[in-house]
Amino acid sequence: MNIIVCIKRVPDTADADISIDKSGKDIDKSGLAFDLNEWDSYAIEEAILLKEKFGGTVTVYSLGGEDSNESLRKCLAMGADDAIRLSDPAFAGGDGYATARALAEALRQKPFDLILTGTQAEDDGFGQVGAVIAEMLSIPHVSIVNRIEVQEKKVKAHRELEGGLEEVVEVDLPALLTIQTGINEPRYVSIMGIRKVAKKEIKVLGLSDLNLKPEEVGLSGSDIQLENLFLPPVGEGAEMMEGKPEEIAQKVFEILKDKGGMA
Amino acid sequence: MKEIMIVAEHRRGELRDVTWELISKGRQLSEAIQGELSVALLGKGVTSLAEALKFKANRVLLIEDDRLEYYNSETYERVLTQLITERKPVLTMIGHTATGMDFAPGLAAHLKLPLATDCIGIDAKEDTFSVIRQIYGGKINAAVSFLKKGPSYMVTVRAGAFPFVEKEPLPGEVISIPSPLTDEGLARRFLQYVEAATGEVDITQADILVAVGRGIKDADSIPMVKELADTIGGVLACSRPVVDKKWLPKGCQVGTSGKTVKPKVYIAIGISGAFQHVAGMKGSGTIIAINKDPKAPIFSVAQYGIVADLFKIVPVIKDKIKELKK
Repeated sequence: MNIIVCIKRVPDTADADISIDKSGKDIDKSGLAFDLNEWDSYAIEEAILLKEKFGGTVTVYSLGGEDSNESLRKCLAMGADDAIRLSDPAFAGGDGYATARALAEALRQKPFDLILTGTQAEDDGFGQVGAVIAEMLSIPHVSIVNRIEVQEKKVKAHRELEGGLEEVVEVDLPALLTIQTGINEPRYVSIMGIRKVAKKEIKVLGLSDLNLKPEEVGLSGSDIQLENLFLPPVGEGAEMMEGKPEEIAQKVFEILKDKGGMA
Repeated sequence: MKEIMIVAEHRRGELRDVTWELISKGRQLSEAIQGELSVALLGKGVTSLAEALKFKANRVLLIEDDRLEYYNSETYERVLTQLITERKPVLTMIGHTATGMDFAPGLAAHLKLPLATDCIGIDAKEDTFSVIRQIYGGKINAAVSFLKKGPSYMVTVRAGAFPFVEKEPLPGEVISIPSPLTDEGLARRFLQYVEAATGEVDITQADILVAVGRGIKDADSIPMVKELADTIGGVLACSRPVVDKKWLPKGCQVGTSGKTVKPKVYIAIGISGAFQHVAGMKGSGTIIAINKDPKAPIFSVAQYGIVADLFKIVPVIKDKIKELKK
C-alpha cells in the first residue's frame, strides 16, 4: 500500500501570547516555536501504522520554504520513506485552493493507493486543502476521519460528526482521507531519530516541474486574499479576580456556594 | 433577480441548528442586495422539513431521491452542481460543519467558484462579498476579500456565528426539482451511524463541572484537578486535546464533537476557549476560567477570570475550600 501524506509546518500558538505585526497582515512570529501541524502528526502516524501492517511506502509532501524541511524530517524520523518539498517564489501568498492546486499537480506524478492529510491546519484553519486535492485528482474523499479499516481495494472509514455521533462510509481506492486528531497516538521522535535522517535528501519541486503557470498558484491563483488582521472583540468579558491566591480561592468558594449550590 | 442560496443541513429527520442560522444571515444578505433567498433541501422523504422551511425563505428548492436518504459528498456534489449551474446564485451558503466541511470545498473547486471557509462575518459589497474568518485557533480575526471575481461565490459559515432571528414570514413556496442522480456507481457509500460510547459519569447531569484542557500538559496532572472536583462536589470534564491524548475518556468531552453541557457552575482550567469547546458550554450558569494567557478567548465567554499558572492556583483553591468547608 503506497501512501502519500501532505503536511504543513505551523507556528505553535496554542499556549502562546500572539500579537499582530506592523504590517497588520501577519502575526509577530519572532519567539514562536514551530512544529508539524497537529492534525498532520496524526495523519503521518496513521500512514506509518498502515505501512507497518500492509507494507508499501509512505511519501510526505509539503509546500513551503526551507524551514519546512524540519517538519518533513520529523516525518522521516517517524518512519516515512521519502520527503518532497514544493517550493517556488510563485507559491507565495496562496490560499487553500492555490495550495491544493500545486499539491495535486505534484501528486499526479506519483502512483498511490491512499492520500492522507490533516483535517485542517492550526494556523489558517481552512479545512479545505484535502477535499480540493481529491476533486482535482478525481478520486473520492472522506473528511474528519477518526478510524480506518483497510479492506480489499477499499477503505472503511469512520467520520466524526457532531455530538459524539460517527458516520461509517466505505470508499474505493485510490482515495483521500482527512484525518482528525485523536485517531492514534503519534509516536515520539527523539533527537537521535532526527539525526539519523538529517542527511537524507529532500527533493524540491518548483513551478516548472509541476507544469503549472505562475497565475495558477500563489496569491494570483487564490480565491481569497487577506485584507488585515485584528483582535477579536472581547465582548463584555470576564470580571478578573485579582489578589493573593488565597483571596481568589475565597471568592471561588463564594461563587460555588451562591451559584453552584455547593454544600 | 439576485439569489442567495443556502443548503439546508439535516440528519436523522431533523433540521440542524446551522440551517436556521444560515437562513437568518442569508435573509439579511438577500435584503442588503435586494435579492431573494432560496433554500436547497436534498433528501428522501423530507417534505415535512420543506414545509417547516417554506415561509422562512422566498422558496425551497426540494430535491428528493432515494439515493439522498443519507448524506454523501458525491451525491450532494452532483445535485448541487446542477442546481447552482442552473440558478446561478450570487452566493451559496453552507454550514462549516462535519457535513459542509466535507462537500463544500470539492463542490466549489468543481464549479470553479471562489470559496471562503469557516466565516464568522459576511458583508455584501458591490458585486462581491467580504468575510471575517478566525485564525490561530480563534486568537486572531482576519478580514478577507474575494480575489477571484464571481458572479457567483461560496462561503461556509461557522455554526453558532449568527443567531437565528425570527422575522416576518415570506411568501414561500416549495419547488420540486427532479433529481439528476442515476444508478451510476458511487465511489463512496454510506454504511451506518455509530454512537460514541458514553462514559460511566454523565457530565450533562452535573451541577458543577470542573473541565481541564490542553494547559494541563500531561496525564500525571489530571488527579490534581480531579481532587479539586471532588472537594467542591463537582464532576470532571475536559476539552478535546485531553481526549485526543487519551488522558480522559470521550464521555468527558465538552464541545461540538462531544457533549453540550449547562451546569450551574463551569470551571474551565487551562482551556483556551476554541469555538468548538465554547459551543458546548456557553449555556452554563456561571463560568469561571483559569488560564495563564490573559488574551485567551475563554475569558470573553466567562463571567469570572483568573489569570494564573494553573499548577500553582488549583492546589491553593482546593486546600482553601477544604478549609472553609470545615
